[in-house]
Amino acid sequence: MPKLVSHPDEVKIVSKRFGQGAANIDKYVELGGYDSAKKCLAQGPDWIINEMKASNLRGRGGAGFPTGMKWSFVPKQSAKPKYVLVNGDESEPGTCKDHLIFLHDPHSVIEGTIIAGLAIGAKLGFIYLRGEYRYLLEIMEKAVADAYEKGFLGKNIFGSDTEFNIITQSGAGAYEVGEESALMESLEGKRGVPRIKPPFPAVVGLYGGPTVINNAETIATVPHVIAMGGEAFAAVGTPRNGGTRLFGLSGHIAKPGVYELPMGYNLKKMIYEVGGGVRGGRGLKAVVPGGSSTPVLLPEEIENIGMDFDQVGKAGSMLGSGGVVVIDDQTCIVEFALRTISFYQHESCGWCIPCREGTDWLKKALTRFHAGFGVAKDIDNIQYLAENMMGRTFCPLGDAAAMPTLGFVKKFRKEFEDHLNGKPCPYAKHADLAVV
Amino acid sequence: MADVTFTVDGKKLTAPAGTLLIEACRKAGIEIPAFCYYPGLSLQAACRMCVVRQEKVPKLQTACTTPVAEGQVFITESAEIAQARKSTIELLLGNHPLDCPVCDAGGECELQDMTFKYGAGESLYTEAKQHREEQQWSPAVFYDRPRCILCYRCVRMCGEGMDVWALGIQNRGARAVIAPNGGDQLDCEQCGMCIDVCPVGALTSGSYRYKTRPWEMNHVSTVCTHCADGCKVTLGVRQSNDGSTIIRADNRDKSGINGDFLCAKGRFGFDFVESGDRLTKPLVRDAQGKLESATWEHALRFAAARLKEIRDAKGGSSIGIIGSNTTTNEENYLLQKIARTVLGTNNIDHVRTADYATFSRALAGKASRTVGLRGIAEAPAILLVGSNPTDEHPLLAWELRADVRLNRARLYIANTAEIKLERQARAALRVPPAGYTQLTGYLAGGKSSISDTTFRDALLAEESLVVVIGPELSGATLQSLIEWGLGREHVKFALLGDFANSRGAADMGLSPDLLPGYVPVTAPGDYAAEYPNLPRAPGKSLPEMLSSKLGALLVVGADPVAQQNVAPDVLKSTFVIVQDLFLTETAAIADVVFPSASLYEKTGTVTNTYGDLQLAKKAADHAGVKTDFEILVRLADALGADINKLVPFGKSSVTADLGQSRGAQAGEADRHAVWLAAQGLEPKLSPFDPIAVLDEIERLVPGYKLDRLNLFCGNDVATEPGFVPVSALTATATIEPAHDGLFTSGLLSRYSPALKDLEKHQSAVPAVAVAD
Amino acid sequence: MTNETMSVFSTELSARFDKLVAKYPVRRSALVPMLLYAQDEVGYLSDAVIADVADRIGITELDVRNVATYYSMLRFKPAGKYNVQVCTNISCMLRGGYEIFEKFQDELGIGHKGVSTDGVFSLEEVECIGACCWAPAIQVNYDFHDDLTPEQVPGILEQYRAKAAQGGKNA
Ligand SMILES: Cc1cc2nc3c(=O)[nH]c(=O)nc-3n(C[C@H](O)[C@H](O)[C@H](O)COP(=O)(O)O)c2cc1C
Ligand code: SF4
Ligand code: SF4
Ligand code: SF4
Ligand code: SF4
Ligand code: FES
Ligand code: FES
Repeated sequence: MPKLVSHPDEVKIVSKRFGQGAANIDKYVELGGYDSAKKCLAQGPDWIINEMKASNLRGRGGAGFPTGMKWSFVPKQSAKPKYVLVNGDESEPGTCKDHLIFLHDPHSVIEGTIIAGLAIGAKLGFIYLRGEYRYLLEIMEKAVADAYEKGFLGKNIFGSDTEFNIITQSGAGAYEVGEESALMESLEGKRGVPRIKPPFPAVVGLYGGPTVINNAETIATVPHVIAMGGEAFAAVGTPRNGGTRLFGLSGHIAKPGVYELPMGYNLKKMIYEVGGGVRGGRGLKAVVPGGSSTPVLLPEEIENIGMDFDQVGKAGSMLGSGGVVVIDDQTCIVEFALRTISFYQHESCGWCIPCREGTDWLKKALTRFHAGFGVAKDIDNIQYLAENMMGRTFCPLGDAAAMPTLGFVKKFRKEFEDHLNGKPCPYAKHADLAVV
Repeated sequence: MADVTFTVDGKKLTAPAGTLLIEACRKAGIEIPAFCYYPGLSLQAACRMCVVRQEKVPKLQTACTTPVAEGQVFITESAEIAQARKSTIELLLGNHPLDCPVCDAGGECELQDMTFKYGAGESLYTEAKQHREEQQWSPAVFYDRPRCILCYRCVRMCGEGMDVWALGIQNRGARAVIAPNGGDQLDCEQCGMCIDVCPVGALTSGSYRYKTRPWEMNHVSTVCTHCADGCKVTLGVRQSNDGSTIIRADNRDKSGINGDFLCAKGRFGFDFVESGDRLTKPLVRDAQGKLESATWEHALRFAAARLKEIRDAKGGSSIGIIGSNTTTNEENYLLQKIARTVLGTNNIDHVRTADYATFSRALAGKASRTVGLRGIAEAPAILLVGSNPTDEHPLLAWELRADVRLNRARLYIANTAEIKLERQARAALRVPPAGYTQLTGYLAGGKSSISDTTFRDALLAEESLVVVIGPELSGATLQSLIEWGLGREHVKFALLGDFANSRGAADMGLSPDLLPGYVPVTAPGDYAAEYPNLPRAPGKSLPEMLSSKLGALLVVGADPVAQQNVAPDVLKSTFVIVQDLFLTETAAIADVVFPSASLYEKTGTVTNTYGDLQLAKKAADHAGVKTDFEILVRLADALGADINKLVPFGKSSVTADLGQSRGAQAGEADRHAVWLAAQGLEPKLSPFDPIAVLDEIERLVPGYKLDRLNLFCGNDVATEPGFVPVSALTATATIEPAHDGLFTSGLLSRYSPALKDLEKHQSAVPAVAVAD
Repeated sequence: MTNETMSVFSTELSARFDKLVAKYPVRRSALVPMLLYAQDEVGYLSDAVIADVADRIGITELDVRNVATYYSMLRFKPAGKYNVQVCTNISCMLRGGYEIFEKFQDELGIGHKGVSTDGVFSLEEVECIGACCWAPAIQVNYDFHDDLTPEQVPGILEQYRAKAAQGGKNA
């Protein structure tokens, strides 16, 4: 069972029911659950979307797109049915927040899905969980069944004449399926290869119908936004970055775990105060601020960063999935880069040339390089390759592979050079790094 | 859609809104490189070669997915773009074997071309390449994964284009491969379209592998000799010991009526030409009753002498002539002319695979009521009655699928059996067995045993309609269907027959009652003057000829004995002359056999079943054989005929012809001669030049007023059958559709090892359509 | 539709599949979960499983394979009764994921994608399994075990070995 952590600086909104048995529907209702959905049912779509816009809630899946705006893109009239799609594919290394939501507060996902459905006029929502999350899928399935039982889902939700249904779905192992259009493909029983955009999902999505797709945390946040009111939620965070976020502290951190902190919380403070600093009192070498796709930050770069989409972006990285990976001063960055690129090589769907071939070659080159068979030119070649992948791939996975690689090579060039000329990995920990 | 104006590389271009930038640029002569884009197939945006810069857009855009809109500004070549393309190629080459010197695609490889253009010659990356063994999926298709650049053209071509869905993509990332439907085998139509679209040497053809290099071949565009659709096919020919050999067939110039398409027969079924069973010497039955080889002189003299004897003794009516469905129009025309003017008989026929005579009679005097294949290919609504084009008319099936897919055409199918094209059909009507006779009544809204009225309602709501009629409909049934259509506006017709020139055989008067152009022998019009001694009574039909113990029978490119199941001794007392490629059953009982050239070894025109006329060009040579045209001319000469009358060759006849047929276009003869020379064809100075007969055809045959310039450019030209009215057809026609499948083609396929081999790989059950 | 008695699946699973395919707006949407559930029961995606699934969905076997080979949890050869999946991705790596993987290799005497001779275990090095904050983490079939040390490895194996001995169902 994943351990729950806490810290006084936390502002528990999304996680407020964690550890309280809210997977039980009665408990959830007792804790105020489904009130927001009922309120939305009474208020109607325009009101919901206005609240969402006012909340400054931005997508927790990584890109940080304003949720209210996304919902407003869905055409009011549509010949094809509209859908809500909850993205619980959570596969970005360093990220495990949705895991806790499904485990501790499955009904918040259901309630959020209902609200999204009411907002856009959908009658069917899907909750897609990565295949590895079987026990969480079972929890979700039970929660959905309970909600049907209570009449919160079905033909007449909460006794109204509004219909809303939810189908839960399992993946079967594929990071790329987290990409929104690839997820739709997967849900349609196909290979998880992304679609050409435009058209965007809000117009042509699942089964060709207008579709809102949101990250599970985004969706789980929605009922709270409604309960608090959009403006109150926005007030918790920083400008244009409303509310709180579930930050996952992992790696060489003294007190790893998922902490709910206001948007804009200082990164250095997050590591040293909330997370208790680097494990074993070691020095900090680098921080990956938002999951493996986000470029690494140096200790000197984290001093004044508030963890919101804009500030981290300004610092040359991304808030991403909120998975903060802390790297101590005894870690080999080349090895870390290799493990990172191995992941993308393994997960590249293979559709487009720059990503398919680029990740493969970066992995091969870094494997050789880390094993001590590198030559000086390799470093430039790796950088050249990554630069040439950037912005050229079919979907953002190619960028997600290239960006961190560029970060490592540029910021730790010396460490790469140290691997050259009879100086294999200076840390020599996993010089023979087995690769997936 | 409305035109929009946009700027590409500083040039203002105009195109309908929504046109893909890559297409708009191509039309304007701006070539944007592309691996995955293929016209007519779904968009992929996978290769990233077509990247361009669009003003005010942060990232490079893919031209293959960008629809043009008013005011857009693009740059398609710049240092940045060149670098993007170069690095993409560098990446591809990373795992690519670079075995160009031994690769079949060497010299015709888009990757090679791109590498050359963007200069990614040096390999940046020293890592080991992923090696995988080459796989043989079928006799026709081989796959080499290391060479595959995963552009998915093959997958889409097979699925979307062919509706076979035999190829898939398996695994993911760098481990992704193209996979065949049968595990390690390909159970499919073996059309080779996947090979054709593969931009590199990843898919190679079993018949062509390692045979030669593209630049060592001569490429001759001609017409497929198999079915009646008339695909343009490019034969790759190399010199060999006994003439020149066809190494491969494809459709590299894509300008034919078949566009991208060729079926297995057109692509792989050329090997009958090289069959060891080809006849290469004339054969004459000796005193012991054995067929022995003879010299051409002897055989011709012998045959002519006997023919003459029989004609002079018993009259022309004691001689019968059976013509071919695969010889050229000029040969067919000449054959009937010899029959009627030299042998003095109307006993001439051919194996009729469709009732073109009724077709012409029903449409007599009606202009613009027939439709060529190009017309069918873009018709908004099509009614297909009978036939199973997927097997019997692969090109038609291809065009219908494309029309539905790309133009949202509405296809209606009325058939006694379920056919595969119903997957594309808007509505399908199941006609009761032998129920085509009721179809017209049903369509006309009268009483009929067919009760499905929704089909009729949908059909009748169509503003225009192309009716494609299978060979099952003939005689009165055919006539009434056409009459129904003629009663409505904007209805056009096509009739489906078999073999490369069935339509030509009928058009050229290989009929006992009809002269070329369906002019009745009983009312020969202009022919009366042109054909001295033309017998005016209709002659015998093919079955009649076989059963009436004729004195002599001349059979050109047909095997009536096998085809009509003739008892061996029926022709015992008949002097039989056969011209053929092989020792057919008819040839085996003949007295004289002349080895003839196939369509790939001669020049002349053929008319496909839709009335599109094309020029077949001589591609190969086979030592020992002669064209049927030459054989006929020499036979006529030996019979003492005036060859100059028969074949208006030489200077005088050319001039004479000019005045009559093309008055206003005087001077064309000269231009024509220049043209012929440019096309490597002999000007009409020889009695063996079939083009001289084409002149006469144009002059005399109604409907064959041709667009010569286009024809000699290698394009298909329409024949507009301004059929002359026929009061009644005198001969009772027996229509015998061949029902050839994807790997059979009458006699020819029996001598094609490639087709026999492929047939074993034929998919028994059509794949289920991909549900989505 | 597949005749129940002919199916490679148990009656329960067959019944579940019948419901599953009917649940979606489009039948094919059942494909990915169906393959995973089929594997859970049969152990891997055998040719028979693929044929059966193709039949149930109404698509070609090729199409099923195209999809199945995309997803990394799906396999085409039998694995052990308990498939040990060790995450070595970044968060786990930093906290000893590779040491855990090596310990499993030593204990089981098999490597990546190996199957123990008794067929009880198979071992796999996997990508992030969404337990980064509790790293290093593994999954045995669908069970998570987190915050591990190499010392705990023998105990974990023992636990499953005992289960296997009782003929316990897949976790
Ligand atoms: C390669 C890739 C993987 C992704 N994986 C996930 C994921 O596992 N979960 C997720 O919510 N979003 C993921 N995303 C982002 C989604 O595409 C999408 O933006 C998101 O689900 C939208 O929800 P949001 O607006 O609530 O963030 C991924 C994107 C990419 C490009
Ligand atoms: S960037 Fe290309 S290859 Fe990579 S995951 Fe996206 S579509 Fe697939
Ligand atoms: S039918 Fe066969 S030969 Fe033709 S495209 Fe498909 S796989 Fe290739
Ligand atoms: S085999 Fe050829 S056509 Fe098919 S994906 Fe590979 S390169 Fe493209
Ligand atoms: S057999 Fe018919 S369809 Fe096939 S290539 Fe020849 S003409 Fe075309
Ligand atoms: S041609 Fe545009 S991406 Fe391949
Ligand atoms: S990195 Fe191991 S669970 Fe995420």
